[in-house]
Amino acid sequence: MSQTTSKSERPVVRRGDRIFAGISTGAGILILVILAGVAVFLTIQGIPGIAAAPDEVKSGTSFARFVGPLVFGTLYAALVALIIALPLAIAVALFISHYAPRRVAQVLGYLIDLLAAVPSVVYGLWGREVLAGQLVPAYRWLDENLGFLPFFAGPFSATGRTFFTAGVVLAVMILPIITAITREIFLQTPRLHEEAALALGATRWEMIRMTVLPYARSGIVGGAMLGLGRALGETMAVAMVLSASGVVTFNLISSTNPSTIPANIALQFKESSGLTINALIASGLVLFIITFAVNFAARWVVNRRREFSGAN
Amino acid sequence: MAKSIDVSDLDIYYGDFLAVEGVTIPIRARSVTAFIGPSGCGKSTFLRSLNRMHEVIPGARVEGKVLIDGQDLYGADIDPVAVRRQIGMVFQRPNPFPTMSIYDNVLAGSKLNSKRMKKADADVIVERSLRASNLWVEVKDRLGKPGSSLSGGQQQRLCIARAVAVEPQVLLMDEPCSALDPISTSAIEDLIHELKEQYTIVIVTHNMQQAARVSEETAFFNLAGVGKPGRLVEVGQTTKIFSNPDEEATEAYIQGRFG
Amino acid sequence: MSVDTSPRTTGPSGLGDGPSLKQPSLPRRTGTFTAVAAVLLALGFRALGFGWVPAVFLAWLVVVIVVPLWSTSVEGSRKAIDRLVTILVTSAFALAMVPLAQIMYTVVSNGASVMGIDFFTFSMRNVIGEGGGIYHAIWGTLLITLATTVMSVPIGVFTAIYLVEYGANNRLSGWIRFLVDVMTGIPSIVAGLFAYALFVVFFGPGVRMGFAGAVALAVLMIPVVVRSVEEMLKLVPNELREASYALGVPKWRTIVKVVLPTALAGIVTGVTLAIARVIGETAPLLITVGVSDSVNFNIFDGRMATLPVFAFNSIQSPGFPPGPSIDRAWGAALVLMIIVMLLNLVARLVSYVFSPKGER
Repeated sequence: MSQTTSKSERPVVRRGDRIFAGISTGAGILILVILAGVAVFLTIQGIPGIAAAPDEVKSGTSFARFVGPLVFGTLYAALVALIIALPLAIAVALFISHYAPRRVAQVLGYLIDLLAAVPSVVYGLWGREVLAGQLVPAYRWLDENLGFLPFFAGPFSATGRTFFTAGVVLAVMILPIITAITREIFLQTPRLHEEAALALGATRWEMIRMTVLPYARSGIVGGAMLGLGRALGETMAVAMVLSASGVVTFNLISSTNPSTIPANIALQFKESSGLTINALIASGLVLFIITFAVNFAARWVVNRRREFSGAN
Repeated sequence: MAKSIDVSDLDIYYGDFLAVEGVTIPIRARSVTAFIGPSGCGKSTFLRSLNRMHEVIPGARVEGKVLIDGQDLYGADIDPVAVRRQIGMVFQRPNPFPTMSIYDNVLAGSKLNSKRMKKADADVIVERSLRASNLWVEVKDRLGKPGSSLSGGQQQRLCIARAVAVEPQVLLMDEPCSALDPISTSAIEDLIHELKEQYTIVIVTHNMQQAARVSEETAFFNLAGVGKPGRLVEVGQTTKIFSNPDEEATEAYIQGRFG
Repeated sequence: MSVDTSPRTTGPSGLGDGPSLKQPSLPRRTGTFTAVAAVLLALGFRALGFGWVPAVFLAWLVVVIVVPLWSTSVEGSRKAIDRLVTILVTSAFALAMVPLAQIMYTVVSNGASVMGIDFFTFSMRNVIGEGGGIYHAIWGTLLITLATTVMSVPIGVFTAIYLVEYGANNRLSGWIRFLVDVMTGIPSIVAGLFAYALFVVFFGPGVRMGFAGAVALAVLMIPVVVRSVEEMLKLVPNELREASYALGVPKWRTIVKVVLPTALAGIVTGVTLAIARVIGETAPLLITVGVSDSVNFNIFDGRMATLPVFAFNSIQSPGFPPGPSIDRAWGAALVLMIIVMLLNLVARLVSYVFSPKGER
């Protein structure tokens, strides 16, 4: 008896199918090429900037001294934003997933999503022209009452265009993404666990603490890291709110502020030329590496959770 | 235009897992052959291997021969797409295309392959197919409505009309009535009776009475044991299988002692 | 709903030996009363001469302290904590809505003053001080966004097709899926630098052109398109694919004629939202396209104005006197917001109107 398998011999595949499969696979691979291209081109154009002598660039220092304060400012701004946004985002996600009436929950979700739709330049405009002025009384109070803390050492800025204001704007900008991820995961909590807790006589908060929060822990971590990544790379909020001088300080309320990598690029690029441009691109490479690492880790955490929960 | 099928020593794998083992069965033309057996014994898998639909699942493959009028379906130069044009299939749940009208659903086999067709010819095919599936009277005034606007039983008959519109040699039916109410089921059974004049029909069913009512031949499948592959226990005239089967397992299953 | 687990000291006596199901509790509409009381308190503090922000904050503080205390005395501490959390979570949502409302309000009220026919039909060519408009910036944004979409949609859709229809669960598709997720987090300024670094190779230092901006935006848009289209393709029932295969339709025709049309509404929604996301990007365009006062219809040559960069530039270097320039910044921001909100609205409408309504 002759044996025929569809595996050992090359199966018949139509030409249309082969072409279509080829285009699709090609598109997928093209994306990987683009991602690699981002790294490659930034490196090619960045290396001369890293190697440049201090007197060849506008900053007048070596690359490490140029980028160091910017890295500090970038991390510090993102951290401030995350500290403000995370508790708020978790509470908002809980409100939408477990507190708001079912019928309006979806609409409320859209409202939060609208926050993500606001263009960054509008956030910058709002932070600089509106929010900054409104926060001045708070800065005066902090300066007078908590001035012994390094964060509020002052002297407070009379325009309100401070690092803290930039942090608040960043926090509002990353709030929607953290909310979206945590809300999704809160909603995936197995209904049976929740009902088991309620059947034991738990109040709503006790049920959430017993079932929802433990279930969502790694999702919250992942969402927070994604928000952090977003805050690290956000340009306009910082560029427009601050008149940065590139110092290294923890002071949140003064008018002398650290700058961040993206804001510095946006503000300097137009008036730069030659090796200064290369130095700016190299600082962009540093930013790319930092955000790539953060996002990589965040996605890894979120995806690993998804595999274990079985709730695809 | 109906053709007979000869299956010899067919093994079906999902990856390394042997799902169905050593099936040898002749299927006569212009008659109804019913596959019965407990859940998970490989009836549907075997049915899908008859028009190479199981290959849609990654890793699925077969060893052995399926001859349709002497031609091996699994021959090296056979195009599975061409096979499926000759051997139509009706699924467990009605699945009309939601983006198409009733009219377009019937013509889906040609439309999806972008065959040009004169409007008059198309009208003839639509009417003939819908009449063949006993749906014409109910839908002739609303052919432009979406296929999903019909009831479940009507949708299933629409799917049968879609399958016969491309004039296949064989019609495979995978539990076509399991999602339908008794009245729709009886309508489909009547339809099967009429269709066997022209087509070779193979039907998988969990309903023993249905097998007894509609088929000439019945094949009983069972698992060789827990964790073992499914196999064909026996096949024969429906009257014989239901009254005086050769195998004890068949009798036990038919009398409802297991399964 | 909750059964008492604490020693039975509060339940009414005389109901036999079992624990009583009747528990003292706050009035049923406490939530509504709390909200009303908070508003009245805020108005009261305002009347006492506090500013709006301190007044609201004080009212909130009173509610946060009083309600749990009241609840503790009547219902016990467990219920009190539950109420406290409810208040906190609800006020968090309200707080998150404040920036949205304030942004909408300020953009509309500040931007409305410059709205007029001139604002949409004039560019900034030879304009000093008042007057001028965003005609050139609207064209720039439209052309660049169009070029971005033309590049991103085919790549994104085909990649999604690969992930859902061909990749199954092999390793390449796993990596693509993962890296596309990571790519959604690329900072927009990095995308801009990439486009600049790429175009410098071909056109030399100082290159500025609309197409470079489109490339930068495409880097940001492609991953968004891939993810949303992938989700939509996954929603297409497998039964439809099988129905098509069983009719002898090749796989690629099944994808083109069955899968894509079935998912079309979702794909349009996803693409529209992706456009809404990149149309407001400022930083990459600032680097790659630059600033211009005049109309430029050629995306392959020279600087172009775009709405977000126009707004940024108007506020960052307003000239003297700064007033008119800042007004124009708000006007551009308003137009940009309207475009983004319209795109969001269209996306929701498409998915709402064309979503499958289920059987019948």
